[in-house]
Amino acid sequence: CTKDLDRTPITEATSASVYKDFSNYKAILAKLYGGFSVTGQVGPTGSPDISGIDEGTSSYIRGYYQMQELPTDEAVIGWNDGTLQDFHQMDWTPDDNFINAMFARLFYQIAQCNEFIRQTSDDKLSSNGIAEKDRETAHTFRAEARFLRALSYYHAMDLFGSVPFVTDSNEVAYYYPNQISRTDLFSYIERELLAIEGEMAEARANEYGRADKACVWGLLAKLYLNAEVYTGTARYTDAVTYSAKVINSGYTLANSYANMFKADNNVTSESELMLTANFDGARTQTYGGTTYLIHAAVGGSMNAAEFGVNSGWGGLRTTSAFVALFSDITGATDKRAMFYTAGQNREIADLGTFTDGYAITKWSNKTSKNTDGSNSTFVDTDFPLMRLAEMHLTYAEAVLRGGTGGSTNQAVTYINDLRQRAYGNTSGNITAAQLNLRFILDERGRELYWEGHRRTDLIRYGLFTGAAYVWPFKGGVAAGAAVGDFRTVYPIPTTARVANPNLKQNDGY
Amino acid sequence: GSISGKVTDDAGQPIPGATVFIKGTSKNATADAEGKFTITGITPGNIVVVARIMGYETFEMPVNAGNSTESITFQLKADTKGLNEIVVVGYGTQKKSDLTGAIAVVSSKDFNKGPISSADQLITGKVPGVQITSNGGAPGAGSTIRVRGGASLNATNDPLIIIDGVPVDNNNISGASNALALINPNDIESFNVLKDASATAIYGSRASNGVIIITTKKGRLGDQLHVSFSSTNAISKVTSFSPVLNASQFSDVVKQNGTAAQIALLGTDNTDWQKQIYQSAFSTDNNLALSGSWKKLPYRISVGYLNQDGILKTSNLERNSASINLSPSLFDDHLKINMNVKGSIADYRFADQGAINAAIAYDPTKPLRSGNSNDFGGYYEWLYNGKLYDLATKNPAAMLEQKMDKSQVKRSIGNIQFDYKFHFLPELRANLNLGYDYQKGDGNTNIPKYAALSYYNGTGGSYKHYSQEMKNKLFDFYLNYVKELKGIKSRIDVMGGYSYQDFITATPGYPTLDESGDTTTAAGNYSEAQHTLVSFFGRLNYTFNDKYLLTFTMRRDGTSRFRQHWGNFPSVAFAWKLKDEPFLKNTKTLSDLKLRLGYGVTGQENIGVGKEYAALSRYTYGDANSSYQLGDVFYKTLRAAGYDQNIKWEQTATYNVAVDYGFLDNKITGSVDFYYKKTTDLLADVTAPTGTNLTNTLYTNIGSLENRGVEFIINATPVETKDFRWDAGFNITYNKNKILSLSKAQTDTSVGIATGGISGGTGNTIQINTAGNQINSFYVYKQIYDKAGNPIEGVYEDTNGDGVVDADDKYRYKSSNPVVYLNFNSSFNYKKWTLGFSMRSNIGNYIYNNQASNNGSYKTFQNSNYLANLSTSVLKTKFRNTQYWSDYYVENGSFLRMDYLNLGYDFGRVISKKVGLRANFNVQNVFVITKYSGQDPEVFSGIDDKFYPRPRVYSLGVNLDF
Repeated sequence: CTKDLDRTPITEATSASVYKDFSNYKAILAKLYGGFSVTGQVGPTGSPDISGIDEGTSSYIRGYYQMQELPTDEAVIGWNDGTLQDFHQMDWTPDDNFINAMFARLFYQIAQCNEFIRQTSDDKLSSNGIAEKDRETAHTFRAEARFLRALSYYHAMDLFGSVPFVTDSNEVAYYYPNQISRTDLFSYIERELLAIEGEMAEARANEYGRADKACVWGLLAKLYLNAEVYTGTARYTDAVTYSAKVINSGYTLANSYANMFKADNNVTSESELMLTANFDGARTQTYGGTTYLIHAAVGGSMNAAEFGVNSGWGGLRTTSAFVALFSDITGATDKRAMFYTAGQNREIADLGTFTDGYAITKWSNKTSKNTDGSNSTFVDTDFPLMRLAEMHLTYAEAVLRGGTGGSTNQAVTYINDLRQRAYGNTSGNITAAQLNLRFILDERGRELYWEGHRRTDLIRYGLFTGAAYVWPFKGGVAAGAAVGDFRTVYPIPTTARVANPNLKQNDGY
Repeated sequence: GSISGKVTDDAGQPIPGATVFIKGTSKNATADAEGKFTITGITPGNIVVVARIMGYETFEMPVNAGNSTESITFQLKADTKGLNEIVVVGYGTQKKSDLTGAIAVVSSKDFNKGPISSADQLITGKVPGVQITSNGGAPGAGSTIRVRGGASLNATNDPLIIIDGVPVDNNNISGASNALALINPNDIESFNVLKDASATAIYGSRASNGVIIITTKKGRLGDQLHVSFSSTNAISKVTSFSPVLNASQFSDVVKQNGTAAQIALLGTDNTDWQKQIYQSAFSTDNNLALSGSWKKLPYRISVGYLNQDGILKTSNLERNSASINLSPSLFDDHLKINMNVKGSIADYRFADQGAINAAIAYDPTKPLRSGNSNDFGGYYEWLYNGKLYDLATKNPAAMLEQKMDKSQVKRSIGNIQFDYKFHFLPELRANLNLGYDYQKGDGNTNIPKYAALSYYNGTGGSYKHYSQEMKNKLFDFYLNYVKELKGIKSRIDVMGGYSYQDFITATPGYPTLDESGDTTTAAGNYSEAQHTLVSFFGRLNYTFNDKYLLTFTMRRDGTSRFRQHWGNFPSVAFAWKLKDEPFLKNTKTLSDLKLRLGYGVTGQENIGVGKEYAALSRYTYGDANSSYQLGDVFYKTLRAAGYDQNIKWEQTATYNVAVDYGFLDNKITGSVDFYYKKTTDLLADVTAPTGTNLTNTLYTNIGSLENRGVEFIINATPVETKDFRWDAGFNITYNKNKILSLSKAQTDTSVGIATGGISGGTGNTIQINTAGNQINSFYVYKQIYDKAGNPIEGVYEDTNGDGVVDADDKYRYKSSNPVVYLNFNSSFNYKKWTLGFSMRSNIGNYIYNNQASNNGSYKTFQNSNYLANLSTSVLKTKFRNTQYWSDYYVENGSFLRMDYLNLGYDFGRVISKKVGLRANFNVQNVFVITKYSGQDPEVFSGIDDKFYPRPRVYSLGVNLDF
């Protein structure tokens, strides 16, 4: 009976069988997109994608938010989990398990994409007997997988600089990948995005939740805006070109700012949200993502029910430096000022005390009609990975920074589009004279706060480290202190370096 | 002619069941209940009559037989040295004196006495080199068993357990706390523990962590119906509580350190929450066994009933068990059949062990009940804005009362074994064993709507069913040839066989419902996995001149877990009976001396349930709650799972050098074993090089580790008179493990693999596995103390001397593994009284006091909108913030524990001399001597958190024999 030793899975599929049935392709594609939202194959926790960390904490969006927002003026957190306080105090080390988990999550996503790309080559499609009529769809799926891989590589490049490099040409095996330089990775991402541009669905022609050409352009625009940081070579003209392409692609600003962060944002704000990480209280359950963002931001005397959830986790607030970006914090003029101040101190005496620092009410599990989301623990609110407003700001900044092919007047118009929505009228409009780089940074703060942009923006402006701009508890002291420039990239996690001796640590760590 | 007579012991008491035979013939008889036997049809002449039975020295008596009936009486001496004891080895038996490997035998007369609900407790502290740590005091909680340290890092370190020839699945089934708790301990006749590779290698692939062979009781041929009944009734009591602040201490701390808002949260009650969750618990264990022989069919039938309450309120185990054994012999004993069927139905109610930590953390100034019977079943809970404050600690008493977690687990283990001695070639035997192990667990976890535990689940309440089924079938066949070659003073014993075993585990998914019956969490996916082992094995025993013994075994094992199915596991051992050499033969003091040398390679492939296909590229289906929306459709996702297609057997090479000795006519016996075990191609769950695999950590073969140790045993009978006998046994084991490598890279300078999750924060760990260090070393900062000897908060030594204290200054400090463990048993018999005890000590095991570290800072009580109680440790440390990684919390957990103390009295035959009556009084967990500041230093993981305390148990038992 020695042939009984060749057992194959009973309730799982194998790569040999799964790609023979075209109906599975969409389910695998859903996993690639779902990689931003869910943390495993059993919701809300169970059968986790990555291990070594609490499953809810392993969420892509939760990890990305923590690394992009906590070390900035926009966010502080009250919890004492592991080294969580190190983010805001900016004294993280290569042994940090949150950084390690995000590193693992990024490459988890890249590896899943690689696998799908590998299995959907023309050769594989024909050897798996995929019908001719399905091949075209498969090509689009494959291009989207390449886009998602490029997006995660972009995040990895932005957060870590030089990282291990693996593509679909590598098989799943035990080997030591080489580290790619930040400059080479920039070129790779750019090449990939340009290569798939033609294979992606037209802008706004794809299903909700899936990427289209505008997403490719949007990511290119982000890439070019920050090119000087990544490669030392400015690419502002390209940033102007691609942000303009998105702005003219058919996406339009949503009517209401607040509705973009509510439980039914997929319905109310579809015209602006280019790419979202989707959540659903009943069917896409996780302790990360927007469930984390909404629960963690509720504490003190806030009533959780007003946010459509059953409890506050009492963690996230903001600093007075961010509050200062708004001249009127009540939300009566600029409606983007969404603070909760009752019982909260504007200044932070203790990072661990929720009532120190104003709370932020931007994220909610209430719908635009003020009804509750489908579940009071797990929220319905989708997280925008890219939305049109960012492109307005990117265009204006690239023009100001010397990019050609656009105009200051156009830039002012694009900025005022955002301000008119925020103010509800033209009272907040600016003139060309008021448009300067510092204004744009502040406007980005007002428009995009708590959406995972702040760290990248502060680095581009040279304010993330050093002493030029300090905010409460930057550098671990209440008044704020200078931080070493090496902290503009995160360290390569020790765990990853142990597993792969080819990886060199970033300078300063 | 014929021979008849009687077999008795020293005291003249009959020994029923003793075998009497004429040497060199097949003529034999079995002594009846009165010790009497008769053998007829004897050819006159000089013959040798032999009487033998396990536990006594075999006696040979030369007789000059005539045509009439000779009458003889055998008076057998109790076999103190046990040299003729028959030891069960893999696929056969051997005389103890002929052993070449390290095998320990514990038979029923030496078992621990008292209320024992799980079989492993029978031999706790009895076997050198074997560490049995009970997993706490929950009813039916099992033990963690380690034979000579663990040979693996992440693959299982549990020994292989074989019950009546069936290797059982000791993975826990859903709804059972421990697989061994499903077997009635009263049915067990003996444990044979195979420790070194020459003994275990015959079980090849699963033998790296030792093999425990359990044999159950049988009926005896020729016996009349024998009925025995035993009943043990016990009271369990809590021995100690985790040290926390009382209400007035807590109020003082809050008033001195809290904000006005926090002080305002203080209540006026004085509640000792730990006293609210524990109780004195009653248990009863009753067993009835019928054994004997119906005509030529020996049988044993037993039933047992156990009902045990736990000291944590609401926990309970009720177990009904039955077993049947039939052991007929056919065709003049040429065909022996042994059939066993055991079954049990265990009903558990599990207490929510979260209540243990909740009781430690609950504000002592709050009342048990709120006085408002409408909310939360009348229990006090933390409110905020008039509603339940979900982040606050839940009332521990309510957690126990309101969560109904009940399960029923059915298990049956059975086998039928045919042993056929060929008619034409009696030296050759064929043995066929067919067996099964079936388990099914079903349970429900129900929490009503009003309970704080699931207040926010949908419309409130939580109702969930769970189940699991495990099926394991076995086919074994071997041939055994034994031949005495008198001409060359040799004896050969050759065995070769084949084994097939198959395991199936099926786990359906069920939804979680709320009070109104709506689904709050959709059903998970059904999962089923199968795992098959195929083996070929053989053994050669060669004995020369009855003094030199050589054993060679070989097993070739195939597993379905790996694509490279096959592994070879050889062993060789040699023993020399030095005492039988002429130069020692006449030494009076020295009564036994034997040298044993062994070497072998064993394997391991068990990386756990759910990892049956770790070598295959697979896609896992997501469930309904992890689906993802694209367009308007929610798709259940398909995930490519991580795998290592080259994963293979882990291998452990073991060297064993030992001396068995006996002095003074074997009044003193014992042995010394030196061993060295090295495991290579370690199966470890490690971080894959980033990006190379489809997950971040996976099982692969990486690195190596070693265990080295010494075992020393001495058993003695210091005093033996007509009325008084004192037996004492002592053994000591030194074991030290070290990780040699944990990387595929040439130089292994890695920090290591973090392990040992703790309470406090999310995902924090306290231990690490690093090359060059002990397994599960604590990875902590070195605390600096002030002049008064108190720790200074947050001040740690700059161990690497780089001028800053950061994560690089953590150091590896001690380990949870004991370096030395000792066992000491003694029994005193005076006329009809017996007094016995067994004590156990671990030395060098360190423990992380997570109760103190997690609740031992002023920060602990300062939560938004609720208060939490503190460990008394804060009174000494005065820490403001938690200092999880201070080595202050790593304490020396060395201890001396008296596990069992029992006093027995044998009333002899009462009620017209028809009933034998014995009574005994036992105390279990009599005392613990330790320097550890927490509740109990003996926690296998080395992390003291949520530990179900071991009770002290007082029991009274009676045994009746009819």
